[in-house]
Amino acid sequence: MAPDPKQPPFKTVGKSPRKVDGMAKVTGATKFADDLSMPRMLHCKLHRSHVAHAKILAIDTSEAEAMPGVVAVITGKTMPIPFGILPVSQDEHALCVDLVRFVGDPVAAVAAVDEETAFEAALKIKVTYEPRKPIFSAEAALENPEPRLHEYGDEGNVHKKISMEFGDVEQGFAEADEVFEDTFFFEGNTHLPMEQHATLAWRDPDGKLTVWSSTQTPHYLHRAMSKVLEMPPSRVRIVACPNGGGFGGKSDPFNHEIVVGKLAMLTNRPVKIALTREEVFYCHRGRHPVLMHFKTGVKKDGSITSMACKTLLDGGAYGSYGVASTYYTGALQTVTYKVPHYRFDGVRCFTNKPPCGPKRGHGTPQPRFGLEVQLDKIADRLGLDPAEMRLRTLQPANSVTANYLKIGSMGLGECIRKVVEASGWKDKRGKLPRGRGVGLACSSYISGAGLPIYWNALPHSGVQLKIDRGGGVTVFCGETEIGQGSDTVLALCVAEVLGLDLLDLRVVVADTDLTPVDLGSYSSRVTMMMGNAAVQAAERARELIAKAVSEKTKVPVAQLEFAAGRVFDVSDPTGKTSMSFAEAAVIAEAKWGTLGTVGSYTPPPSPGRYRGAGVGPSPAYSYSAAVVEVEASEDTGMVQVKKVWVAHDIGRALHKAMTIGQVEGGVYMGLGEALMEEMTYRGNRFGVHKFPSMLEYKSLTTMEMPEVETFLVEDPDPNGPFGAKEVGQGPLLPMMPAVANAVYDALGVRVDEIPVSPEKVLRALAAKDRRYGPKGFPVIPMPPVTKVLTPAQGGTGRATEHETQAGGVRS
Amino acid sequence: MSPHGNAAGKPAAQKRAKKVTLTLRVNGEDHEVLFAPHKTLLEVLREEMGLTGTKHGCELGECGTCTVVVDGEPMLSCLMLAVECDGREITTVEGLSTAKGPHPLQEAFADLNAAQCGYCTPGFLCASKALLDRNPSPTREQIRDDLAGNLCRCTGYAKIFEAVERAAAVMRGEPVPPPPGNEDLGGAAPAQGEVTRGA
Repeated sequence: MAPDPKQPPFKTVGKSPRKVDGMAKVTGATKFADDLSMPRMLHCKLHRSHVAHAKILAIDTSEAEAMPGVVAVITGKTMPIPFGILPVSQDEHALCVDLVRFVGDPVAAVAAVDEETAFEAALKIKVTYEPRKPIFSAEAALENPEPRLHEYGDEGNVHKKISMEFGDVEQGFAEADEVFEDTFFFEGNTHLPMEQHATLAWRDPDGKLTVWSSTQTPHYLHRAMSKVLEMPPSRVRIVACPNGGGFGGKSDPFNHEIVVGKLAMLTNRPVKIALTREEVFYCHRGRHPVLMHFKTGVKKDGSITSMACKTLLDGGAYGSYGVASTYYTGALQTVTYKVPHYRFDGVRCFTNKPPCGPKRGHGTPQPRFGLEVQLDKIADRLGLDPAEMRLRTLQPANSVTANYLKIGSMGLGECIRKVVEASGWKDKRGKLPRGRGVGLACSSYISGAGLPIYWNALPHSGVQLKIDRGGGVTVFCGETEIGQGSDTVLALCVAEVLGLDLLDLRVVVADTDLTPVDLGSYSSRVTMMMGNAAVQAAERARELIAKAVSEKTKVPVAQLEFAAGRVFDVSDPTGKTSMSFAEAAVIAEAKWGTLGTVGSYTPPPSPGRYRGAGVGPSPAYSYSAAVVEVEASEDTGMVQVKKVWVAHDIGRALHKAMTIGQVEGGVYMGLGEALMEEMTYRGNRFGVHKFPSMLEYKSLTTMEMPEVETFLVEDPDPNGPFGAKEVGQGPLLPMMPAVANAVYDALGVRVDEIPVSPEKVLRALAAKDRRYGPKGFPVIPMPPVTKVLTPAQGGTGRATEHETQAGGVRS
Repeated sequence: MSPHGNAAGKPAAQKRAKKVTLTLRVNGEDHEVLFAPHKTLLEVLREEMGLTGTKHGCELGECGTCTVVVDGEPMLSCLMLAVECDGREITTVEGLSTAKGPHPLQEAFADLNAAQCGYCTPGFLCASKALLDRNPSPTREQIRDDLAGNLCRCTGYAKIFEAVERAAAVMRGEPVPPPPGNEDLGGAAPAQGEVTRGA
């Protein structure tokens, strides 16, 4: 019998061949969106609002239009149809129509013969505003239901309220030996991709529109472009160029993309826009600022009896992914440690700041910070080792959580053991000299959202293979390369099944005309979903070829092995009867006709059936654990991370170097969030971003980045391609709580707020309670709670009742 | 050829400075280029010469992405006027490879996955080349120090440091082990395939 290509030993899986785009990226050959230009191309600039909240009374474009070199000037009235990433939040306009909602909201657009003319003309547009009261924080939004930023949402300036209870948290608290209550705050931060967004649009001679853009989600841009421009999808083609970093910041359809689409249609000339760094800060869609309250009941051994989590999100000016983000602040608390009873209350508000959305970890790093720091406090109070306590309470593999998330493989225990051993945790915690400390934290993340943004029965990812007579294979998929290596994973999955070298493959990706839909590079879904689709397509091709070869050679199909670019009869150890893949392809084409196959993937259904059950389910969950060692100065409050030990349960590492690269990159970004990255605005200065520049928005340079020791835990998940789970987002999550916990070990102070900046450390040192952090959580009236019996209570996954909570959320 | 195309009927904006013609020596070749005198080297390379391998991340001298090598020194092309470059030797990422093949830095970056999204990579390659040309055996601290002006949001820098060290060893003529994870692929990483996006 020939070996099963999906089981080890593998030919390419687990190794680190050069990426399929590796040489292009080191030679400058990769074409990012701004690298494209066309003859007669116009340049576009946006006129953005300089006020945070106002009614647009008039727009005077006459001076701009009169400028030599200006070809077109448009305003919001040319595109009255709203759009947005989520069907429930179609609240954006390509250019503002009635209101501007943050400093940077685009109001008008210019297309001119060169960028300088467009820039000067955009400045000459005069907008008359009637100021409205601006709202700069979630608390202010709760206190000021008027004026409303949007005419939709749950009430006033509250976009969304969610209240869910799984089991009976009060009963759980009654069973606890101790109940802990803590509040935390996580300041917003942004993706800061090195590439500034850029888009080129072209109306072809037949009147069809092609748009090349730095987008992570060509499929959703396709929907939005088609909707706003009122063009059938078949007349709109979106090509996602390789993204110069995404991290979630290029996951929404953006104003500027639709604007250049419109301008190309109007002017019948190619139109390009390349955003400045300042404008990238206005696009934002980054981490929501979240105020959190955790109430957790525990037994003396640290096992959790009950948990109630409340979150208050500052959403910024638009919906974006916000409804999903809000659910995500409550969804994944249950997947790491056993939580028998769980309650979640989440509130998202609109404020007059750039919109928040999905950044690496999407809605889960904030509560993960709160949860992991609270567990550290609990361990401290109970006199337990935080690592041992976590190991005793792990959510088991192949289980269903209280909120009906189905866990498959679960390697967190092994992750904890790896980092505890490698870091010398037991010899260091509480034993290092003052000013030096270690902290531990864990996390988990989804390997793709179980449900699509538009609920439908269609596959989440599709792959087509074309097999050439010369033995070349072309792989078509809508996936988008954002630096994570998805093009290579796509090629690698096919290469493994067909026994080919990556060089024998060409991948054609991210083009809505040429490639089958893949929903995009978000939610850590690509390896799981595209990978499974690619394996299916490749297996079908293998079967077609094997049948034809078998018919010709009389070797049974089960004895044919595809490896090293050849097809072998496994019963012939000499290999003499083998033929090249190209020869086999010719035999197969002669038998079947033109050779091509398809594969697709739809995640398995989730057991949750309650309202809100759509966020959280995933085909598989990755797990991470980390120990960080810090040096923290009592004099300056400066925290330096000296070393990081991180272990990640990847299921199976398809490409080892890329997997480690994602872990290290996640650690890097998480340390930036932990120590310095924050989006802050001058509330007293009209909500202007304090520092929309790379110099002042601090991120780690080569000088701050510590050594990282990475361990991959490979506990294959039955749902993943070759057992693989996600790695793009999960390893970021433990960094923020691990740093905060290490600062406690070093100095005995708690900074319950991210980032852990020097002034906060100093304030904590000066505080009576040796803590810096939010004082409390506001009382917010909540809608009736959705009550769901847990699996342990014999629940079905459906809600049992709605119960009105007079007086709102318990505080 | 200018990628801007021609003005549509109207003459381009008034008060524009008259363009200048300069011979720029880029990647070992002389190029006669016509450009407005206020244009940065970055703009002239990308927009007038079509050398889009050099990227930009801020155009304010904050991120290092646009680094090129000028007379052996790493320079931020977004802060340098092209008119300052008369008679100077400019090397961009496109000039690192020769007919013999890629530069050892390019090989090492590809072998160690030091380029993830690849956007900051040309800047890192140029900064590293300037370093290695000056100092063939830099310590890790010297590499860290020399690359401190270049930001990367993907890698966490470690693989970049390792790639520079690996390239330095190759340039010194020392044997290097196969890239990690490829020991059983017979020493050399297999060559890459190709990626095609919409035409």
